[in-house]
Amino acid sequence: MTPPTVEAPRRRLGGPLKLAIPRGALWEETLDALDRIGLDTARMRGDSRSLVFELDGLTLVTMRPSDVPTYVEAGAADLGITGKDVLLEQADRVVYEILDLGYGACRMVLAGRRGDTSLGETERRLGEMRIATKYPRVAERYFEETGRRAEVIEVKGSVELAPIVGLADGIVDLVATGRTLEDNGLEIREEIAASTARLVANRVSHKLRAAEVDNLVERLRPEPS
Amino acid sequence: MIHPIPPGTRDILPDEMRELRELQATLLDVFERYGYGQVATPTLEYDEVLQRGEGRGGIGAYRFFDERGDLLALRSDMTIPIARLVASRFAEAEPPLRFCYVGNAYRVIRPQRAQVRQFMHAGIELVGSAAPEGTVEVLEVLSASLDAVGLNRAVLGLGDADLYRQLLAELGVDGEARGRILDRLAEHNLVGLEGEVDEIDGLDAHGRETLLRLPGLRGGAEVLDQARELGGAAVERAAQRLQATYDLLVERGVAERVQLDLGLLRDLGYYTGAIVEIYDPALGHILGGGGRYDDLIGGFGRPMPAAGFGLYLERLHLAQMEEERVAQEDR
Repeated sequence: MTPPTVEAPRRRLGGPLKLAIPRGALWEETLDALDRIGLDTARMRGDSRSLVFELDGLTLVTMRPSDVPTYVEAGAADLGITGKDVLLEQADRVVYEILDLGYGACRMVLAGRRGDTSLGETERRLGEMRIATKYPRVAERYFEETGRRAEVIEVKGSVELAPIVGLADGIVDLVATGRTLEDNGLEIREEIAASTARLVANRVSHKLRAAEVDNLVERLRPEPS
Repeated sequence: MIHPIPPGTRDILPDEMRELRELQATLLDVFERYGYGQVATPTLEYDEVLQRGEGRGGIGAYRFFDERGDLLALRSDMTIPIARLVASRFAEAEPPLRFCYVGNAYRVIRPQRAQVRQFMHAGIELVGSAAPEGTVEVLEVLSASLDAVGLNRAVLGLGDADLYRQLLAELGVDGEARGRILDRLAEHNLVGLEGEVDEIDGLDAHGRETLLRLPGLRGGAEVLDQARELGGAAVERAAQRLQATYDLLVERGVAERVQLDLGLLRDLGYYTGAIVEIYDPALGHILGGGGRYDDLIGGFGRPMPAAGFGLYLERLHLAQMEEERVAQEDR
């Protein structure tokens, strides 16, 4: 069976709103949220190959969470869902952050080896620490704001590896349950920021398609807890 | 052999230059037709002079020392140099004064991003004509300019730069909290705004609702009624200013393409009263902006109300191309 191909219209105004959806950690909960507002996402759950889906008057474009701000800033998607961690790392992307969707809760933390003082030791003796992270800009900004010096080492894969083999004294990473840290003999030292899934909007779409955007925002707004 | 040029700059080749030149000529024709005379100012200015015009934050300008040790800056917009020009070369002239310009401006960029350091700006400045008449004249010229370059679908977002300053004063919010709230509003970060508003001590439920609901109000004349329902003197005054402008825009037949927007807050510090952003449905980026800056020229020694707009020529050109593509697909 060939997957359904959907031509995403370039045209803005008039066509369906385009919503960028993150694959990866936020995928399931995002589809759950879409189900709750009455979209039938069954077809998306079963189809891992198609990138674009048409559902009830919305065009859903699926992508890596870190690509969402790029598409939304350029207007290739009118709206998008991604983690606050991504928005913090890409703080210079001009997108409107319009709704906290509440799910996908996790924390950006500074972690070091359990029971090891080396984070403090390197800082005390060398005046700086070596920090491995996938979020170099968040890390640099955090150490700058707290008045400390750090050599920030960007890695792409498992960050937990870096302190184990001595590449870094600590890591700045996203933690949901803390299990991965624990399994790798690491512990949280400082909390940098809290993150949840956010709805972002292109600034032109937010103005020119105001009624449609506001309607979707109100439907997606989580019940007050 | 390839010789590099700095990131954020570019060469323009004949095909593009021909179209850009046509775009410039069309705009200048419109500006002249409305009585705006073209001026040119130096690309380089004394940093100290430009600083007089920079408000909160200011825009990153390239600065360097010349051979005498004076600190110079590349102009980062055209409005401040023209304010300087008006105060020094037209110190006695009878207002209103009308000027237009086309030229390059320069801004400091983050090296990682595909941002431009140099961009072409075209626009007008109307000096010595107060709100609402002056604002409406500027919007009329802007609307005619967009039509002349074929962007008939372009929309003008109209907001009020004083609204939140006055509202925060009324609610007794000052100091760092005030600055943080204005920053969140300028970014239009509604999640961050809610977080900041919840931090304010002693803000009642009504003040909270006003601060959180106002930025979402955008649309036709009905948004002014929705704003008034929230109440308060600052909101009432802003609604009156916008209403007066809007009524005149209706008279001049320009209101149709204007979207009133109480969430609009541009990050240039010198705006007072009306602020404008320009959108085209074919493009995800704004085409330009403008508004009133009634205190700017006073900072150079000749207090006079003023307003204007500036369009980013390269983006205008891109929007023209996208609109042509849309028109072709429709055929």
